[in-house]
This record gives sequence, structure tokens and C-alpha cells, in this order.
Amino acid sequence: MSGPAIQVERLVFAYPDGRQALFGVDFTVERGERVALLGPNGAGKTTLVLHLNGILGSVAGGTGSGRIQIGGTGLHREHLTEIRRKVGLVFQDPDDQLFMPTVRDDVAFGPANLGLRGAELDDRVHEALVQVGMQDHADLAPHHLSFGQRRRVAVATVLAMRPEVLVLDEPSSNLDPAARRELADILAGLDVTLLMITHDLPYALQLCERSLLMDGGRIVADGKTRDLLGDADLMAAHRLELPYGFDPLSVPGPERS
Amino acid sequence: MSGDGLLVAVDSPVHRVPAQVKLVALFVFVLAVVSTPAAIFWAFSLYAVMLVAAVVVAKLPATVVSRRLAVETPFIVFALLLPFVATGPQVHVLGLHLSQSGVLGAWNVLAKGTLGVIAAILLSATTAPRDLLAGLERLRLPATLVAILSFMVRYLSVVSDDLHRMRVARESRGYTGGRVGHLKAVAGGVGVLFVRSFERGERVHLAMRSRGYTGRMPLLSVSGATRAQWLEGLAISLAAVTIAVAARVVSL
Repeated sequence: MSGPAIQVERLVFAYPDGRQALFGVDFTVERGERVALLGPNGAGKTTLVLHLNGILGSVAGGTGSGRIQIGGTGLHREHLTEIRRKVGLVFQDPDDQLFMPTVRDDVAFGPANLGLRGAELDDRVHEALVQVGMQDHADLAPHHLSFGQRRRVAVATVLAMRPEVLVLDEPSSNLDPAARRELADILAGLDVTLLMITHDLPYALQLCERSLLMDGGRIVADGKTRDLLGDADLMAAHRLELPYGFDPLSVPGPERS
Repeated sequence: MSGDGLLVAVDSPVHRVPAQVKLVALFVFVLAVVSTPAAIFWAFSLYAVMLVAAVVVAKLPATVVSRRLAVETPFIVFALLLPFVATGPQVHVLGLHLSQSGVLGAWNVLAKGTLGVIAAILLSATTAPRDLLAGLERLRLPATLVAILSFMVRYLSVVSDDLHRMRVARESRGYTGGRVGHLKAVAGGVGVLFVRSFERGERVHLAMRSRGYTGRMPLLSVSGATRAQWLEGLAISLAAVTIAVAARVVSL
């Protein structure tokens, strides 16, 4: 299979209540790229990423049009299982993502749905937990973990499916600074294409060389994260603000490492 | 307490018995106890001796068992009322007029209830919630029911945290209002909690579908129990069945 990791063309979508969320979205993400998806609340960011694995949109029986290709495979009903393996979605609230009695069962849920059994399944679970440094907590119940640990397990549940594209919805929200940094270390060490929704602009700059800026259901800017964050007029026009005292030109980003 | 259900986390032979064996053992034991005629007192003392032995082998602290026995309280109250409300021949104890059949009835409820509750405590204190689910699954409980129970185990703490936060928010804004007012607030809170939980359910369903869920939950358990484990786990229950049969024969 060839082709870009994600290719979205003229994507339009309205919710069943008539509220239109996407007004023609076009973008392409190449393999191995790390891209941040920025934008104010209500811009349609989460709606967009729920399209990438066919949860929303015409594939799921909704109203909308446009074309999505993941790693060269078109998003059609008959490819849905394959697409959902290729696109790993990490939701914002880990309590939504972790629904099984123990960490191990939860990480095994995805690969088990792919048909893995026995030792192969155990290996896959262990491998995913090692990637996020949670292998010693496999037998715990999710509610015994700290919030940061739960977020990491949520990432592992998706990594266990060996996705080609990892999509994260606000990965740094509600984390304390140490947990936020630990998660950044884990994400930076993964060898996958990354698309990350975030309001945490320094986080976007730290992890993603490129950013998409979304507002009103459209992509309004696409470029280097540093250039976007440095453009004060663009930022102000779309309700984005840098933290107090943060200068995007003064800190190292992923392009130098 | 680690808060992992009702499990008392120590290692003992009873903890190691597979959950499905323990579930069957509990069921058989309770059936044997309830089918024993109330007047055969020696049978009940034998049951009690076996249960106490099992509690000792399971290394359960006596305080934990006695504290959990509190769930039986409503039945005890009912049992203590029986001798006063039942009719028939009377006996006189310390100047009280008690119905003979009422006394026997009270003993019947008390003895069988207590034995059953202790057996259930033994199961719940030696089995982790997840193992219990896996055991039910091995016993061919329909997958949908196992899934519902599993979600309950997982989200009970999340929902009770929600409830706690709502109470703190209410009281932080100066809500007093006595017992009746509290009931009203809780009733309203339950409605909000239902909506919240429903919305969470939808998000969980999205997360499940994203990871390839197509309507079948993966199995929790992998291996069955061996014949030796079945015999070990069912030893007390089989002895109880023998005693129950003997008691029936004696009372004929």
C-alpha cells in the first residue's frame, strides 16, 4: 500500500440535528509526519478526527460528503475493520477509553477484536504496555491508577493495535506538568504518524513540526507550527493565545532534534 | 483496604480455587442448607464448623467477616419478631409468652440466613471482581450479562465519584435544607447523574467501536479448572449435601 498516511478531500458533515460542523476540509498528512490540529472550541476538530476511522460521516450512515484515504485505502464500509486498525484514536477522557475490569483486559480488547488469541495476544499487550512504561500495572483496575497513568494506558490500548496513524484528542489536558512531560517523551519516541488535537500550544510546538489551524469547520491555515504561532494576527483572528511570556521563536522545537 | 471490590488480598488455598468452582460450591452449599429441616440442630452445627474452618483456611480476619454480617440485620429483626406474632402452642421463657412454631421459625431464618451470608462473604472476600466475571463466563452466563456486570464493576466508582462531586458542589454553595431537602436534591441529582452516565455510555461505545468492537466482547477467561480443583473447591458443599440428605432421613 502506498499513498499519504491521511488524505482528506472536500469533507462536509452535518449532525443529525442539522448543525453543520465541517464545511469542506482538505488536507494531507505524509507518513511519519507529526501534525498538531489547533483551533478554538467548536471549530470541528473532534468531529473531524471522528471521521478518520469512520465513526462519523457517510460511512457510519450520517449526512456528509467528501473523500478520506488512510494509507492509500479509501474509507468504505467494507474496509472499516482495516481502517480502524490503521487509525488509533485516543479519546480525551481516559475513563471513556478504559472500560474493562483490568488494564490488561483493556489493552487486549483491540487486538482480540482483530482476532489475536493466546500467547500472541499476551505478547502484543505486553509490548504496548512497555511502550508507555506501564507494564508493572497490568493487573490493576483502571480506577486505581492516577490520571496520568490512565492517559498512558489509553495510549497503550491503541498502540496494541499497531496503528499506522495515532490520533490524540487533547493528550495533555488535565495532566500535571510531570505527567505532561512524560507523555511527550513517550509520544516523541513512537514511530508512527501522529495527529494531535490540542489547545496546549507549547506542546504542539514541542512535538509537531507542522500544524493545521481549524476554525468554523474549515482548515484556515497549514504550515510550520513555529510560523503559525509567531503570526500574531492569525492567532488573534482565531481566538488562539500563547501562555504568558511564551515566545515561540525562542524555544527549540522538533525540527532541531 | 485497597478498594478492589470486597476482596481481602491475601494468598490462601481458598483464594486460589478458580472462581467458577467457588460459584458452584456456594450455590450447592446454600441449596443444601436451605433444604435441611430446621429441627435437626446437629446438621446446622456441622455446617457452621465447616464454614468456620473454611474462613480460617482463607485467612479472613474475624472482624471483617463480622462487620460484613451486618447486611443480615433486617432479617434478624424479622426473625426476632416471629416468636411474638406467630400463633399456635405457647412456651414461657423469662415470663414472656412465645409461640413455639415462631421460635422454631426464627431459628430457621437466623441459622440458614447466617450460614448463607457467611458463605457469600467467603466467596466475595476471596475472589477479585474480575475473576468472578471470568467464572460466570466459564459457567456459560450469557455474554451480554457478563458485559453488563463488567461495566458495572468498572464504572461504579466513576459514577459514585460523580455523585460525590455533585454533593460537594451543592454544599459548597451553602445548601442545607435538612433531611427532606436533601432527599429532594438527591432525587434531582439522580436525574442529572443518569443523563451524565448515558452520555458517558455513548462515548464509551464510540471508543469501543474505534477499537474494532463489532458486538462481541472478547473472552475474559482462558483456562478451565482441573478435576482436582473441582474436588477441592466442592469438598465442603458435597459434605453439606450429604449432611442435608442424612438430616432429611433422620427427620422422616
